[in-house]
Amino acid sequence: MNLDSLYQEVILDHAKHPHNYGEPESYDAHAHRLNTTCGDSVDVYLTIGEDNRIAEVMFSGRGCAISQASASMMTDIVQGRTLEEAHTALRDFQSKMMDREAEFAFDDEAMEELETLQGVRQFPNRIRCATLAWHTLEDALSEVEE
Amino acid sequence: MDLKALRKDFPTLEQSVNGVPLVYLDNAATSQKPLHVIETLDEYYRDYNANIHRGIHTLSEKATAAYEDARVKVAKFINAPETAEVIFTRNTTEAINLVAQAWARKFLKPGDVVLYTEMEHHSNLVPWHMLAQQIGVELRYIPVTEAGTLDLSNLDEMLDGVKLVSFMHVSNVLGTVNPVKQITQAAHNVGAIVMIDGAQSAPNMPVDVQDLGVDFFAFSSHKVCGPTGIGVLWGKREILEAMDPYMGGGDMIYEVFMDRSTYAEIPAKFEAGTPSIAQGIGLGAAVDYLSEIGMDKISAYEKELTDYGMEQLRQIDGLRIYGEADDRVGAISFTVEHVHPHDLSTILDQQGVAIRAGHHCAQPLMRRYDIAATARASLYFYNTREDIDALVTALRKAKEIFGV
Repeated sequence: MNLDSLYQEVILDHAKHPHNYGEPESYDAHAHRLNTTCGDSVDVYLTIGEDNRIAEVMFSGRGCAISQASASMMTDIVQGRTLEEAHTALRDFQSKMMDREAEFAFDDEAMEELETLQGVRQFPNRIRCATLAWHTLEDALSEVEE
Repeated sequence: MDLKALRKDFPTLEQSVNGVPLVYLDNAATSQKPLHVIETLDEYYRDYNANIHRGIHTLSEKATAAYEDARVKVAKFINAPETAEVIFTRNTTEAINLVAQAWARKFLKPGDVVLYTEMEHHSNLVPWHMLAQQIGVELRYIPVTEAGTLDLSNLDEMLDGVKLVSFMHVSNVLGTVNPVKQITQAAHNVGAIVMIDGAQSAPNMPVDVQDLGVDFFAFSSHKVCGPTGIGVLWGKREILEAMDPYMGGGDMIYEVFMDRSTYAEIPAKFEAGTPSIAQGIGLGAAVDYLSEIGMDKISAYEKELTDYGMEQLRQIDGLRIYGEADDRVGAISFTVEHVHPHDLSTILDQQGVAIRAGHHCAQPLMRRYDIAATARASLYFYNTREDIDALVTALRKAKEIFGV
């Protein structure tokens, strides 16, 4: 396994300069998750606008480059989507991440950047780093729906 | 001590991972096993596998003798006054739970204080949290200084109302060797019982429970070159005798009726059910192996290697070591600025270097330093200066990948 394919420039950029990072003053839903293997944590904050669309998504927390990059990309992707569309995106990413044999390509153009995370699948202990923010998003979405 | 020859005793060390020679620096998690231990396990299963203690046949007698012989070896290894005071458990965790449930739950009352430290492993925190839920004891901890030592400046005040002090001999994160004798004396002055988690001291230094003066001492086989699945609780006879059993079942009874039972003498009282027989015998082989090298020699060699390791790591820009105690072992925790410990661990692994990254089952200690995780390289006597050099080279590569 080539480390350069795991730590691609795109991933390191996101990790160093995460998008939509921070805790908003107000929000409609919030979820917090811990990665119990390492103690890393992610918080996701959602503000819901018209038509049940995600008007704003932010995340905070600390973690490795993989988890921070994945969280950062996640916020880019789900911003502006409806709750249903966000669910579809997260299921798509999670199932591809969990199945080493699946082709790691996304039909949804907005999700193409996630393909840089393909290398993570070769490191079983690191898959949870990549999925942490998405699981947290799922929790936040359920909170909205309740 | 001829190190090159010792390394050859450990088959797992002689391999490549990811195309490069393995450098195993995760010894505080578990040690590798010497051939002597592997062959002892193999011999038991091949030649005399049988259940122990009540079998009136040759194999059972042989297995019983080997298992009980291991208890004698363990007693000598920690200089226990009596072999019967050595209780076999699954591991250190079970030993601490045993003391919590079979001693503390019986003898402590609501409002009595259990004192531990801010550097404890979860295995020496959660059993006390559970006890507090069960009987309402008060929990208190000795804080950790920035340098990674215990802040004992208010020890006498902290001991007010304390009935039990339970703490680690050596920190699995900081490497710090705690002043067991000093704390034990102070604890005994207020009539408290002292329990020591020796999981990280037994592998790395000579342990003499009588000299330490403690009441309980626990350690795990798998960290002292032995198999997993077996650990040790040593306790003073009069205390063990006053306790109720931890679990009920076969082998721990004196006489059983339909509605009641009476219990066996120690150690059988605390060893319900068929124990880990092969593992117990394997632990005996492991302490034989270590004793033959000499724990004092192991300790001296590791000290020298740890000094070298600390010195080399300090030369890396942006690397911070957690744990600067003078009296320490070779568990070295560190962070590298802008590179998360998990990323470090993955990058090091790709270069053959096995370390551990995470909270090391010490979340309160991580909180103390306001960090989520550290990377930890932990040394054992079969490690060399070349292993440290490989670690340093791999760390530099990680920094290069992250551009820091």
